[in-house]
Amino acid sequence: MSTPRLPLFLERQSYRRRRLVDASRAIPVFGIILFFVPLLWQQPEPGEAPGLAQRGIYLFLAWGLLVAVTAVISIRLQTRLHEGARQNGPAEGTDVL
Amino acid sequence: MSFDLLVSVSLVYVGLLFLIAYWAERRALRGGVRWLRSPLVYTLSLSIYCTAWTFYGAVGYASRSGLEFLTIYIGPTLILIGWWWCLRKLVRIGRSQRITSIADLISSRYGKSALLGGMVTVIAVVGTTPYLALQLQSVTLSFGVFAEGTPGSFPVPDQRATAIWVAGGMAVFAILFGTRNVDANERHHGVVTAIALEALVKLFALLAVGSFIVWGVAGGIGEVAARINASPLAQIPLDRSRWLALIFVSGAAILVLPRMFQVLVVENEDERHLATASWAFPLYLAAMSVFVIPIAAVGMSELPSWANPDLFVLTLPLAHGHEMLALLAFLGGFSSATSMVIVAAIALATMISNHIVLPLWLSLRAEAPGNLRAVLLTSRRLSIAGVLALGYVYYVWSGGGRELAAIGFVSFTGVVQVMPAAVGGIFWRGATRIGAAIGVSLGAAVWAYTLFLPSFGHGVILPESVFAEGPFGIGWLKPYALFGIEGLDPVVHSVIWSMAINCAAFLVGSIASFPTPLERLQGAQFVNVFDYSRGPRGWSQSKAEAEDLLIMAQRILGPREAQDLFAAEARIQGKAGFLPDTTPEFLDRLERELAGSVGAATAHAMIGQIAIGTTVSVEDLMAVADEAAQIMEHSIQLKAKSEELSRTARQLREANQKLTELSVQKDSFLGQISHELRTPMTSIRAFSEILMDGEGMQAEERQRFAAIIHDEAQRLTRLLDALLDLNVLEHGQVSLNRDTVRLRDVITRALAATSSINPERGLAVRRDTLDEDILVHTDTDRLAQVFINIIANARKYCDAAEPQLRILVQSRGGTVSVDFVDNGSGIPVHSQSVIFEKFCRLSDQSAAGSAGLGLAICREIMQKLGGSITYLPGQGGGAFRVTLPVQSAEKAA
Repeated sequence: MSTPRLPLFLERQSYRRRRLVDASRAIPVFGIILFFVPLLWQQPEPGEAPGLAQRGIYLFLAWGLLVAVTAVISIRLQTRLHEGARQNGPAEGTDVL
Repeated sequence: MSFDLLVSVSLVYVGLLFLIAYWAERRALRGGVRWLRSPLVYTLSLSIYCTAWTFYGAVGYASRSGLEFLTIYIGPTLILIGWWWCLRKLVRIGRSQRITSIADLISSRYGKSALLGGMVTVIAVVGTTPYLALQLQSVTLSFGVFAEGTPGSFPVPDQRATAIWVAGGMAVFAILFGTRNVDANERHHGVVTAIALEALVKLFALLAVGSFIVWGVAGGIGEVAARINASPLAQIPLDRSRWLALIFVSGAAILVLPRMFQVLVVENEDERHLATASWAFPLYLAAMSVFVIPIAAVGMSELPSWANPDLFVLTLPLAHGHEMLALLAFLGGFSSATSMVIVAAIALATMISNHIVLPLWLSLRAEAPGNLRAVLLTSRRLSIAGVLALGYVYYVWSGGGRELAAIGFVSFTGVVQVMPAAVGGIFWRGATRIGAAIGVSLGAAVWAYTLFLPSFGHGVILPESVFAEGPFGIGWLKPYALFGIEGLDPVVHSVIWSMAINCAAFLVGSIASFPTPLERLQGAQFVNVFDYSRGPRGWSQSKAEAEDLLIMAQRILGPREAQDLFAAEARIQGKAGFLPDTTPEFLDRLERELAGSVGAATAHAMIGQIAIGTTVSVEDLMAVADEAAQIMEHSIQLKAKSEELSRTARQLREANQKLTELSVQKDSFLGQISHELRTPMTSIRAFSEILMDGEGMQAEERQRFAAIIHDEAQRLTRLLDALLDLNVLEHGQVSLNRDTVRLRDVITRALAATSSINPERGLAVRRDTLDEDILVHTDTDRLAQVFINIIANARKYCDAAEPQLRILVQSRGGTVSVDFVDNGSGIPVHSQSVIFEKFCRLSDQSAAGSAGLGLAICREIMQKLGGSITYLPGQGGGAFRVTLPVQSAEKAA
């Protein structure tokens, strides 16, 4: 099986765009997993130190992670969509008619 | 702090908001909206999700339920970071379908159903009213805090009066900046800018208070963590079912809450802003909630136990003597309340005026109202005032005594009943109006019974006994334990049952019912919105509209006319030689011109496509299709008519030809008649004149002349007899004397009658008398007349040296034919077609005594007898065939 030695620039771009869309779709799934971790926590028992502060920190760290990943993907997706729309005309990501 | 200072700070702040909104509106009017449309402003405008419930209530909520308060932010966070799944589609649909509200979305999706629009509006109003009351309550409470908590302060103001002032002020703001226009394409730049500013104020205020608590009061992160772990908060168990249910409810709510839909979808300027908001808004939410637990923990340890945790944000700075910080917090809370109330009022007013007032108005007034715009604006203004009045009434009535968070979830759960119909509608083409209506109404009913009505308190609306034993003693219908499932948290219980019943009814109703054509079209357009709509605009839009319009107009009107039209318009606008501006007047005129060529709906859609850049809606398409169908119908009718006309013309031509022929025939007939009559008359006159003058005429000479006169008179008589005979036959005034006779006898009689003609030539007759033994039921005399005529012709005209006549009788099928064939030269081919016409004579051979009517009479007779007489070519001589129908003939037994 032979593959083209020089991948076409546009094809490569649209491939990356599709993968970015995939990533964008996957984030909320990870978000759900991260935010449903509290369901696994043990209930605090009297006299014991349950570490509410640590649990809160976990949630905000998860939150921050999600925000950061979403920001990276969304910004790249945004520029790619923008360029795609300007250079290629109709592109898969923008669903231009 | 004095009351006057607090009021004047509030007034200054409100004045600032008015100024900002006014300035933004002005900038937008002048087209300088570049940065007003920035993703940052869009993201900040989403912050109306964080109401006073969040600003004050989150701390109270956290101090009662620990980390659970985070659920109301986690839900929206998940929806926003998953924007590619749902929000992107919602925003695209909102833009391409020109959606004005959540009620409009559902109504449009299900075939512009007025019923669904009204239902959603009612649910939204019912669900939002407690929320509005909540905002009023929070503002009045915060006023009260300053009254009580500060030394040298003012007396506690009348809470109701405060609430009225707040509600009135917000109504004025919403009316001023929310109802400037009625076009959904226009956005409320003023309002959006003002709430973006308020978003910054409340974020800043909360962060300031939080930082003060953590670093100013507790002394650092580590200390705060220790205090949190030591506080009673840490002992609060996490309710797992509530964790799940509340994340679900708040996530669904951000999609369908009227005010969130307004800022997310309706006010969206550019789809790409969503990409920014997808991470920036979750960040904002995290920032708004990061200090909540510390504030709650510190507040619980520092303030007396009777202090309302809902107001820790205010009371903690006050307790530490930081009045300015408290004032900032007050402004933050004030911002949260006002921005939410203003947007909610605008969103609800749009829904009420579009889905309740307008349909009622249109159905009550038979004639089309002239100025709908005025009606809409008035109804929107009244609706805003009405919605706020409703909120105030609820506030007064409920007494404002309950915790903020509880009201919030009651409200959320109610509005979320719209979610299955909305989300199902944009992902599932099979969703129908009936399914949506049943789902929404059943869900809302369950919500009202299990959460909304009980929220007023046991025994207020639903009697105490209903909670204890169920309605009418039916145990499995207890509001907090439907179908016998006890022990659930009321909110979780209500969410589970209302959503389950809602979704099930929606599914079953959709599957079992059949959508209308408009519904199916809309369904396809909504579900496949990315196939039907254009991508995000903003860079493709240019100033080349007039040129596009000209190109289109040239195609339709023709280059010359279109250019003339544009040039004339440019002259009117004072821009001779250039393309005219696309003013509304010009677009109107152009649309009228185009409508003359392609129909009104098509013209509207085409101009809309180019000038306004909107996508064609289903209604436009249907109108276009309608027009096309009408045009086709019209052309089909025209075609049929022209075919009918040409048919009629052909018939007329044929009739005319016939008449002309008849006229020619008549003329020649008259000519023949006069000729035939004149010849004998001439000789009669001549000979009678000779007789009159003939003095010395001899007797035999006179005798001869008299004989000639007699002969000619007889010939005249014969001619006239024949003419009369023919006339009688032709006009059908002949009576037939039918009787049964042997054909042989008729032929014998005819031969005998003609024996006196040319006896010297001695015509030999050959016949088969056995074949002739046929009984004929007919008019014997007339049949004999025909035979005599034919035989006489043979005797006269057969030019053979030994004339011979064969008579052949054949009985075949249903007819009897008698052929008379002689051995003469026959009739020339070119004359065969005319021998049966009147006055037809082939030669003057035997002019005397023949008028040329014999065969014509024969033909008429045979027609009357039901048979025919024809010439038989190719028999070696003159041949005639006389045919008689079998009804009048039967073989002699």
